Amino acid sequence: MDDVKTPSREERKSALSGLGTSRKRVEDARFTQGKGNYVDDIKLKGMLFGDFVRSPVAHARVKNIDTSAALALPGVHAVLTAADLEPLGLHWMPTLAGDKQMVLADGKVLFQGQEVAFVVGDDRYAVADGISLVEVEYDELPVVTDPFKAELKDSPILREDIADQKEGAHGARRHPNHIFTWEAGEKEETNKVLEEAEVVADEMVYYHRTHPCPLETCGCVASMDKVNGKLTVWGTFQAPHAVRTVASLISSIPEHNIRIISPDIGGGFGNKVGVYPGYVCSIVASIVTGVPIKWVEDRMDNLMATAFARDYWMHGKISATKEGKITGLWCHTTADHGAFDACADPTKFPAGFMNICTGSYDIPVAYLAVDGVYTNKAPGGVAYRCSFRVTEASYFIERMIEVLAQKLGMDSAELRSKNFIKKEQFPYTSALGWEYDSGDYHQAWEKAMTSVNYKQLREDQAKQLQLFKDGKSRKLMGIGLSHFTEIVGAGPVKNCDILGLGMFDACEIRIHPTGSAIARLGTISQGQGHATTFAQILASEIGIPASDITLEEGDTDTAPYGLGTYGSRSTPVAGAATAMAGRKIRAKAQMIAAYLLEVHDDDLEWDVDRFSVKGAPEKFKTMKEIAFASYNQAIPGVEPGLEAVSYYDPPNMTYPNGAYVVVMEIDVDTGVSDIKQVYALDDCGTRINPMIIEGQVHGGLTEALAISMGQEIAYDEQGNVMTGTLMDFFIPTAWETPNYETDYTETPSPHHPIGAKGVGESPNVGGVSAFSNAVHDAFKPFGLTQAHMPHDHWRVWKIAKDLGLHS
Amino acid sequence: MIPSAFTFYKPDNIEKAISLMADFGDEARVIAGGHSLIPVMKQRLTDIKHLIDLSGINEIKGIEITGNQISIGAMTTQVELINNEELFKKAPIIREASLQIADPQVRNLGTIGGNVANGDPANDMPGLMQLLDATYKLSGSNGVRDVKAREFYEGAYFTVREDDEILISISFDAPSGGYAYEKQKRKIGDYATAAAGVILKVENTMCSSASIALTNLSDTPVYCDKAVDIILGKEIDKNILNQVTEACVEQSDPVADQRGPVEFKKYVAGIVIKKALTRAIERT
Ligand SMILES: Cc1cc2nc3c(=O)[nH]c(=O)nc-3n(C[C@H](O)[C@H](O)[C@H](O)COP(=O)(O)OP(=O)(O)OC[C@H]3O[C@@H](n4cnc5c(N)ncnc54)[C@H](O)[C@@H]3O)c2cc1C
Repeated sequence: MDDVKTPSREERKSALSGLGTSRKRVEDARFTQGKGNYVDDIKLKGMLFGDFVRSPVAHARVKNIDTSAALALPGVHAVLTAADLEPLGLHWMPTLAGDKQMVLADGKVLFQGQEVAFVVGDDRYAVADGISLVEVEYDELPVVTDPFKAELKDSPILREDIADQKEGAHGARRHPNHIFTWEAGEKEETNKVLEEAEVVADEMVYYHRTHPCPLETCGCVASMDKVNGKLTVWGTFQAPHAVRTVASLISSIPEHNIRIISPDIGGGFGNKVGVYPGYVCSIVASIVTGVPIKWVEDRMDNLMATAFARDYWMHGKISATKEGKITGLWCHTTADHGAFDACADPTKFPAGFMNICTGSYDIPVAYLAVDGVYTNKAPGGVAYRCSFRVTEASYFIERMIEVLAQKLGMDSAELRSKNFIKKEQFPYTSALGWEYDSGDYHQAWEKAMTSVNYKQLREDQAKQLQLFKDGKSRKLMGIGLSHFTEIVGAGPVKNCDILGLGMFDACEIRIHPTGSAIARLGTISQGQGHATTFAQILASEIGIPASDITLEEGDTDTAPYGLGTYGSRSTPVAGAATAMAGRKIRAKAQMIAAYLLEVHDDDLEWDVDRFSVKGAPEKFKTMKEIAFASYNQAIPGVEPGLEAVSYYDPPNMTYPNGAYVVVMEIDVDTGVSDIKQVYALDDCGTRINPMIIEGQVHGGLTEALAISMGQEIAYDEQGNVMTGTLMDFFIPTAWETPNYETDYTETPSPHHPIGAKGVGESPNVGGVSAFSNAVHDAFKPFGLTQAHMPHDHWRVWKIAKDLGLHS
Repeated sequence: MIPSAFTFYKPDNIEKAISLMADFGDEARVIAGGHSLIPVMKQRLTDIKHLIDLSGINEIKGIEITGNQISIGAMTTQVELINNEELFKKAPIIREASLQIADPQVRNLGTIGGNVANGDPANDMPGLMQLLDATYKLSGSNGVRDVKAREFYEGAYFTVREDDEILISISFDAPSGGYAYEKQKRKIGDYATAAAGVILKVENTMCSSASIALTNLSDTPVYCDKAVDIILGKEIDKNILNQVTEACVEQSDPVADQRGPVEFKKYVAGIVIKKALTRAIERT
């Protein structure tokens, strides 16, 4: 018989499908065959449905709620109002931002679509009929939709419940409609630098209100088992463990009697981080009726009432020398929070990480102040595919750089290059207090400029401009640049918590006797492909093929405690926990191998999927053999089994970054823009799965395109939502989506066990500025400095009109 | 997003459908493709007690072409209009316009009858039918009558159709000359910000026949008779095109919505009209 060919080291490595492999997503087999298991797929015996009577007006006193006709309808079991929840103390609930929010209208409504009553019935049809029979008497009040009018002397007071409260969760309140002032940096010094500066650019940059709009809306099934006292809730939760703890705290059901399950989730993008009245009402209704209750929003509910994103008015001043060296940055932001402050931010950061707004630049001094105000709009302010307020911050600085370049008469690519934090400055402490872990911005920038042939693009643009000026074309060309630095992976427990829960994360691994494994994490995938990528991290760490590792998340009865998935924290935090738990497994495996090979631990070395004796590689034990031994050998001083758990408290955030370029052609008469090129270079540190990275970048760029070019939540002056359906709320289809070129540099995070930084949100963060800057850039020759997003047809047309390009 | 309860009927001939309509009066509504009706039912913007499905009535389906005469059954879907080669040969503008309606999913179910009968000023087919000077055949308890597309629309969702009348078919003569249907919209699946259709003939550099109609630029489709008067018999040059465009825009009366303010829509109306005129002339 021929010798069985021993696989080479490389072959053994590639058999693992570990780090760096474009492994196909294991989730897709079920998603593409309709075999996913989403909340709405959950059907329990005796289950009833619940849904809301919602306010048709933006601000009103609720004089009376008559539920009698609804209750008389066959099939309707109950109608909950604030009066029913009050004895339980559940008519209001705490928000993640230290405010409180009405679960059901308590005397008044504060935004269109607000939850007023919860109707429970046999099925969705009975409930819908019941809803139409609940009679609510509204006494309309004057409406505040403009955040700059919220704090006027005679503005109507929105939150009567806290009208006299001078102290909020984040310090002093100066007006009943004022929520907080949050400051960072050096005020005096920054003002001084600005006063003495050679050049100052001053601009108001608005990042409009929009919405994450996941394909699957929010929903849950709550089931209270009255026999054993256990409450199980399946829900669209991006942070199942946090939901369990909060539910226990506000319901006083002991935490061990609550089981939260996040099944498959059809996109979250921050929309599914918060706690919504639907969850509370479903739980109460299940307790009241003794049967499971399902609540699932429809699209209009989702757009109108669950968490919006952005809505930051950012007034900026940036100073520089005549040569273009930036000397200081000042920013005052007016944050429109809607009716309740339900931002999903770490407790100590009421404006999230807005203080990353110095961006990729070495700015010696900076000052930031954010004022949050109440208006008659839906609550929210979640991080829509970005770490907390990082897109706002990035958009702000990338607009300010452009405005400054204009003022200086300098090319903005050059201005960026001149001011980037240099490679050798890392770890770099920013003027607003963050410690950037690593980066090589100049390398990325040069690669990007070369790849798109920036010089040529500028020449093409000049030619097009000439054609326009000569009356031979009605089109202008715009080149949008952006260099972004994110701050993700919240975060170190010392300064990051949500409702007092430290933002660590966890992984627990069990190796089975035959050498396959299961790993459970405190995070929850909503489409990111955790089951694929985390298995790859483990494969490289413990030498078991990724395909032999099951990944489980989302069930609080089985998964270790973690703070969930948002803010690109899964890879930086739970991914680190996974690697660390893997290393614990390996450490124990080493002891077992040493025993089996009858050598000292130190005489062994790790070799892809095995421990071998140093200098005698033919003497080895594979991980598979070690796993089996751990279950069937009595090894002195070593416990049986092969398991490990790691709770990882990250020492720092990670700072993914990238360089994006968008080229577009704009028709000044129709306002239609034609996207010619999108180039996205990302540096997310170590790349776990290049294919998934590319997919994430494509998806995020498409959202960035949507946001910058048309997507918004718009209100009229009466506080009516004008964009309540997908007819008016822009979600690009394949038709509107351009081709994307992706590229990368790889600067590992020095403090992360595998050097990974997170990438899922980068394209949204970097993309919005690139698209928006392209629009601005097209009109720059005619003096445009700032035009607010979204850049839909009519607003682009308006730019051209205001610049006199239509005569 | 769940409609209130209704009774569903699926008659297999037109007489049965008409008698159901007569029985229930304004509590009844016919449903064709459902792509305009179901959304408003789901939002409970209209309360319909009796829903009469026309999809079982074969006699009002299909495309008939005899010589230059084209007759299209009301229940013919938009995708059928697009795919019919014979129709394309005779009236290529139908395919050009239909391809700009909504998206394939909607067009697979949406019908020409539902599109024109609906009375939604945002729908593309009413303007197109005014452009083609089509005739609608209506059948009701008082018999059958013909109404000109150009006389059918009274206001948004108001038409001359009686409650118990059903649109049976649409007929028109195959147009001759150059044609174009130009539509600006925000995205696939969107109604027009502004749209314009043009059919015209040029003989010896003179315009010998012309038709121009607009979509979503007023509370009904707009047939631009004044503009047609201006161009007829004239030599086609830049100046006349400007005059024609101006006359069309003058006849428009758009409303502001998320697509933009009135001023913008009128401006874009001018652009799409100009584009349609230019392309139609190129095709003569
Ligand atoms: C996302 C989306 C985008 C769309 N975009 C466009 C677009 O860009 N352009 C466009 O033109 N349309 C658009 N539509 C509408 C679409 O073309 C509809 O299919 C069409 O307007 C109605 O046709 P239907 O067969 O679906 O009619 P239904 O929805 O079934 O009926 C519409 C109305 O007409 C009445 N009706 C139907 N048939 C008859 C008949 N034979 N006699 C009397 N009354 C009748 C019904 O009672 C009802 O009131 C869009 C629809 C959707 C959902």
